[in-house]
Amino acid sequence: MSDFPFLSVLTVAPLVGAVVVAFLPRSRPTLAKQVALGWSLLVLALSVVMWVTFQVDGDRFQFRESYPWIPNWGVNFTFAADGIALVMLMLIAVLVPLVILASWHDAESSKRSVPVYFALLLVLECTMIGVFAAADVFLFYVFFEVMLVPMYFLIGSYGGHQRQYAAVKFFLYSLVGGLFMLAAVIGLWVVGGKTFDWVALSQVDISTGVERWLFLGFFIAFAIKAPFFPFHTWLPDAGGAAPAGAAALLVGVLDKVGTFGILRYCLPLFPDAAQWFAPWALGLAVVGIIYAALLAVGQNDLKRLVSYTSIAHFGFIGVGIFAFTTQAGTGAVLYMLNHGLATGLLFLVVGMLVVRRGSALVSDFGGAGKLVPVLAGVFFFAGLASLALPGTAPFVSEFLVLIGTFTVNKPVAVIATLGIILAAAYVLWMVQRTTQGTLNPALTEIDGMKRDLNLREKVVVAPLIALILVLGFYPKPVTDVINPAIQATMEDVGRTDPAPSAGTVQEASR
Amino acid sequence: MTELELPPIDYAAIAPILIMLGAAVVGVLVEAFVPRRLRHPVQLPLALLAVLAALTMVVVNADKRVITIGVIAVDGPTLFLQGSILALSAVALLLLGERAVERGGAFVAQAAVTADSPEDRRQAESAGGAGEVYPLTTFAIAGMLIFVSANDLLTMFIALEVFSLPLYLLCALARRRRLLSQEAAMKYFLLGAYASAFFLFGLALIYGFTAGLGDRASGVDFATVNAAVANSTASPVLLFAGMALVAIGLLFKAAAAPFHVWTPDVYQGAPTPLTGFMAACTKVAAFGALLRVFHVAFEGARWDFTPVLGAVAVLTMVVGALFAVTQTDIKRLLAYSSIANAGYLLVGVLAPGSEGLSGTMFYLVAYGFTVLAAFAVVTLVRDADGEATHLSRWAGLGRRSPVYASVFTFILLAFAGIPLTSGFMSKVAVFAPALDGGQVWLVIAGVLTSMVLAFPYLRVVVLMWLSEPGDSTPTVAVPGAFTSAALVIGVLATLALGVVPAPLLDLASSAADFVR
Repeated sequence: MSDFPFLSVLTVAPLVGAVVVAFLPRSRPTLAKQVALGWSLLVLALSVVMWVTFQVDGDRFQFRESYPWIPNWGVNFTFAADGIALVMLMLIAVLVPLVILASWHDAESSKRSVPVYFALLLVLECTMIGVFAAADVFLFYVFFEVMLVPMYFLIGSYGGHQRQYAAVKFFLYSLVGGLFMLAAVIGLWVVGGKTFDWVALSQVDISTGVERWLFLGFFIAFAIKAPFFPFHTWLPDAGGAAPAGAAALLVGVLDKVGTFGILRYCLPLFPDAAQWFAPWALGLAVVGIIYAALLAVGQNDLKRLVSYTSIAHFGFIGVGIFAFTTQAGTGAVLYMLNHGLATGLLFLVVGMLVVRRGSALVSDFGGAGKLVPVLAGVFFFAGLASLALPGTAPFVSEFLVLIGTFTVNKPVAVIATLGIILAAAYVLWMVQRTTQGTLNPALTEIDGMKRDLNLREKVVVAPLIALILVLGFYPKPVTDVINPAIQATMEDVGRTDPAPSAGTVQEASR
Repeated sequence: MTELELPPIDYAAIAPILIMLGAAVVGVLVEAFVPRRLRHPVQLPLALLAVLAALTMVVVNADKRVITIGVIAVDGPTLFLQGSILALSAVALLLLGERAVERGGAFVAQAAVTADSPEDRRQAESAGGAGEVYPLTTFAIAGMLIFVSANDLLTMFIALEVFSLPLYLLCALARRRRLLSQEAAMKYFLLGAYASAFFLFGLALIYGFTAGLGDRASGVDFATVNAAVANSTASPVLLFAGMALVAIGLLFKAAAAPFHVWTPDVYQGAPTPLTGFMAACTKVAAFGALLRVFHVAFEGARWDFTPVLGAVAVLTMVVGALFAVTQTDIKRLLAYSSIANAGYLLVGVLAPGSEGLSGTMFYLVAYGFTVLAAFAVVTLVRDADGEATHLSRWAGLGRRSPVYASVFTFILLAFAGIPLTSGFMSKVAVFAPALDGGQVWLVIAGVLTSMVLAFPYLRVVVLMWLSEPGDSTPTVAVPGAFTSAALVIGVLATLALGVVPAPLLDLASSAADFVR
């Protein structure tokens, strides 16, 4: 079974689905939705089989496939997945069907073609899977850039207020980062002996100066994508303007490409430069945690608020990556998964609130819990998961990042911990102002606010809630997959964990 | 008196040129003797057949590596570039021959009638189009074929004139906006004449420089110039001045800054199908000549010309990108985009070795097809007054005609260098050898200007898709079969070269060797 070309099939399948959906007649939107949903469930089923087939104690890279593409430049369609990529692929496969189901009526309000909306979602899934499955730097770059196009149209054509501005800003920011990376990719090709193969390139010795420049080229692209402070200003606009489903994918998965890229490309390919730049990267990450959290406290727009919380969370992931310990690294990858689940849920629930109220402004709500108690409860749960309450999955990852960082860099860990307090502030205050307190009289006159979660919406939120709880209590299946990949990455960087002072901490995390 | 000895002529090697010249002469005869209503139906197939026949001869010649009559080099780059010019010309001819979009076609019969006079208005409104367009274009194509194969500067100069003169005239034949068209032709002619003069003066200086070879006769064929660069005892001032002046003549045709000022005006004023022809084919010809002159004749002076041409390349990229941002007319925007692309092509010209050569040739083909498709769309977006080229008129086009807006979006993404389009592959094809050759600063400039250039392209996409259509949004004309064919070929080539570039890259790298 392990000979089955999982990764290429997973990449191509959504694209085929997208073509099918795009050519469905515009007059039959329901059929398009059903086909899209069915197709994404098929991808999910295949991913589950792949997850089961993955051997935890096997090679670092599994499911390797390689087909020639442009032999003149040494470019191949090479796919391979390590534990980190596998976790991200699972996250995509889980989120996309839920997003499709959650966006059931989103496209109808925009006067644009409904089948095209769902086709774009599937194209986006194809490019997201490709970017995590690629083991050829050129192929990775191709997916990295092409990913912009479907997201651009999702925001620009189906988004809300200021969608044009947000879409263009998103595209230009990402393109600027991508072009820096293009120069670095070609530079890497030149110094690496004219190959784009990841494994071959990770063996190459690069002179110090060149290595730092190449690291910077990649890092800027990933820092814009992630986004890290100070490259973050596009995210609140894009997240605020995108339709809720697309925003969930944007923040839940697309931005993880940045942190994934740092782990997969910046660290193993340029280990010395990574160490040299680590203090700077840590600094940016810590500033991002505090600064974005403070801005989130002050937001009045729910979607922008959630976007800012994500920037703070990406700060945590950045800290976890650049602490260079196995615990922190595992925590960072786990954080990428958990943040995808928790923030994905939060965005989807916010979308449900916004659709009902017809406004994303916090001040337009107030006491909504009295009208839609179940929705308010899910909203509260998503908020708690987002602030990493013990018992929810994000707690495990945040805790791992912090203890992993504390063993090597106490000041950073201490400052980052402040971010948890701020997280409590922005989440609880947001919940209090929207669903708790006295009922805003204006709400009672809106028909939408009288409908609580319907079956479709319950089906959307239930799996995410279940996953957040299960991984909150029993993260072992995921950490087992991540750990070997992180250990290999840390070996690439040449950092070994400090000897544990009590021994028990290290054991406990296993 | 000694008998004049004729040099041996390899007729097969120059067959493509002979076919095009012959077809042009026949075209002139057709104009003279065939009844008016039959001319268009005869001329277009004639020109297309000639192009296909010439293309066949290029393929037949594929393995030829000769210099015939001492002045025509038929080698890998020549054949590749001739094939490119012919393939692109075939597509351009389809656009030139379209008569379904506008009554009488995009060209008027008489260029010299005073603009806006009653007679001029009458011919613009009702008179049939000029059949001379076809022989003129065929002459231009023949000139370009000679231009890329010329192995001495004098032949190159003659070829330059052969392909330029018809273009000057064709520019003045636009059916709409006659004044702009005449202005464009006048500007192109005057500035082109200056450029030719520069070229000729440079040629003379180079001739003087080769006199310093001593035992060898002086001349302007590239082997002699190459030898002179290495061994001449003449003052190097002659070489540098000559090289600079020759380069100016060629860079003018290539639309490189600071010799680009004609480009936006001419691109805007010329009939749009012709603009597409110039943007695609003239670019191939100009860069083909630049490649040969700098890789064969002046190879020995590489260290001397690289910094200067590098500065020109950077300036070209910067000027093209920055001015593209401020444009409000789609044809002028595409003109500045073509200037910026000339900058990227120069990066490829300056990359040493055969990889730079093959990358540049790949870029030329890829860009040619994309730009032809772009101008094909421009010919279709029109209202009662002809083409609606002002950008504000394109607002909401995606709602009115989603198919053409999608096609144009794809073309713009290709210009912006998004992967899975030929635009991305061609950027890699020139940047990789440049970086390999150590020209980091050129690549950095290329990357930075690409960022700037993405903005104007994206603005058009935003206009088409994300703006609401207004009352003034024109409809897209139903294209005739020819325009449709040209559009389909251009778009498919852009996609194919972006997804499976390997065959053409293989061909280009196997052709990347000059015969010396």
